[in-house]
Amino acid sequence: MSAAGPAAELRTELSIETRGLTKRFGHQLAVDDVDLAVPKGAVFGFLGPNGSGKTTTIRLLLGLASATGGSMRVLGEEMPGKLNGVLPRVGALVEGPAFYPFLSGSANLHRMDAADPYGQAATRRARVQSALDRVGLTHAADKKVRAYSLGMKQRLGIANALLAPRDLLVLDEPTNGLDPQGTREVRSLVRSLAADGATVFVSSHLLAEVEQICTHAAIMSAGRLVAQGTLAELRRAGQARIRVLTPDPGTAAQVLAGLGLAATVSPDGAASAGPDAVLFAPLPAPAAAPAPAARETAGAVDAGQQAVEPEAVVAALVAAGVRVRGFATEQVSLEDRFVALTGEGFDVVQ
Amino acid sequence: MLCALAAIPILIAVAVRVSSAVPAGRGPAFLDRITQNGLFVGVTAMVVSVPLFLPLTVGVVAGDTIAGEAGQGTLRYLLVAPAGRVRLLLIKYAGAALFVVVAPLVVALVGAGIGAALFPVGPVTLLSGDTIGTGEAMVRLLLIAAYLAVSLLGLSAIGLFISTLTDVPVGAMAATVVLSVVAQVLDALPQLEWLHPWLFSHYWLDFGDLLRQPLSWDSFAANAVLQAGYVAVFGALAYGRFITKDVLS
Repeated sequence: MSAAGPAAELRTELSIETRGLTKRFGHQLAVDDVDLAVPKGAVFGFLGPNGSGKTTTIRLLLGLASATGGSMRVLGEEMPGKLNGVLPRVGALVEGPAFYPFLSGSANLHRMDAADPYGQAATRRARVQSALDRVGLTHAADKKVRAYSLGMKQRLGIANALLAPRDLLVLDEPTNGLDPQGTREVRSLVRSLAADGATVFVSSHLLAEVEQICTHAAIMSAGRLVAQGTLAELRRAGQARIRVLTPDPGTAAQVLAGLGLAATVSPDGAASAGPDAVLFAPLPAPAAAPAPAARETAGAVDAGQQAVEPEAVVAALVAAGVRVRGFATEQVSLEDRFVALTGEGFDVVQ
Repeated sequence: MLCALAAIPILIAVAVRVSSAVPAGRGPAFLDRITQNGLFVGVTAMVVSVPLFLPLTVGVVAGDTIAGEAGQGTLRYLLVAPAGRVRLLLIKYAGAALFVVVAPLVVALVGAGIGAALFPVGPVTLLSGDTIGTGEAMVRLLLIAAYLAVSLLGLSAIGLFISTLTDVPVGAMAATVVLSVVAQVLDALPQLEWLHPWLFSHYWLDFGDLLRQPLSWDSFAANAVLQAGYVAVFGALAYGRFITKDVLS
């Protein structure tokens, strides 16, 4: 699966662009030949299992570590050459928040802003105030960070990224440690930032979250970029399936088998179907690209299947006297796609 | 830490005050003079703290500069801010240097203050036998503090360099302090005499020149040149290391 196809090439303005980005620690390739293309204005989900090189890539992009090979452009400027010109336009949360525990939340932000040579002292108080306000920490602004909960520190970290108007926000696991309300707030915050025209680069392993807020995504595995594109493109690469709700699972399965579809009856209680059974069957894509197996319940995939139109399936079922009470075609979720690309269980590739 | 430093002259003064007269020639230098002139509390306290206590506090401050931020994780945010690596290093060294100036000053001033409170203050007899007034004596006291400040600049540059090597601040602090002790041990071995003029601790106790009339600046100048050399070398090493360092903490 090619990471950055010709489609990604300069058709749109890119906020982040890497070519063959590589970082080697001793013998281990932490980041291996990564070609990222993050369009301007996108909310870009950067996915990957733990240890797949997401944070290292972010460190390279922010100039915290130097790349072993490859080139990067951030906000149109060559990196790390133009680092000091680019970084003031970038807000970042890298690998969890870090603050001086003996200072209050607002004092911490004041100190971080003072470290930025472009952070004007005259507007500092107002900017700190509005950043705290944006993450809902105004009431705890004068509390020592030592007394903050994990979620509050996380919010303060996000506030730190919002101290100045930014063109690019790099948020590494922004909802880590947040309660459901905080997660929702971060989602709406990300949306509002994107609405203001900023590009948001969110790394995460929470797929549901990425599906909800992102327009684009890339998937890392063992240091390599294994997929990249809009969410729709990523899902399309996977295999769709049909879902049949019927009280006659036996007959339905026979009919589906006759059409060349391997049906599986979902385990009891898996779907709220009452007396009805739920059948799943993978639907071969029209231009049948051999796709990896989807969910376990969907069963094995037969790559040699003929294309079957969903409406033809319904017609066949009805003609056979199957009482069809529900029928749907489902796209694979990003999670299925993710697991297919990065491996199952804990034996993630290292 | 400055409070701990201030405690030294106070301890000395109180100890001398509550005990009976100190026999001449025993204990640290100038200890026997304290009962006659309180200003000597400051001098004695500086003599006492030069071998270990001042290097210890300087080691803690200098060792913490970069490694402390790295250990806490704030280093990555300072760099992303962007503080600029050179700027950050310079400011961190300036902070350590400020501590180096203030630390001996605190010992001297607290010493003079507590001495004046507990003992009589009067004209001071110098090592050369001349006698100077109280005001002149205060100037000499401050000169010694300045001498010590210059003496410790080299050590703080070494600490800064070590601090760029690690993410564990305690390690950098310990390494810096250990180096200062090792340097003094080497300085005490006559077999290594060829090495002595190159040790950053070589002139640390040579501020006796400042207690003579007329004032001799020889040791002050030699010390300053040596320390400037250490600052240049270890400052360059710290720069070379920090500018290319992968910040992974």
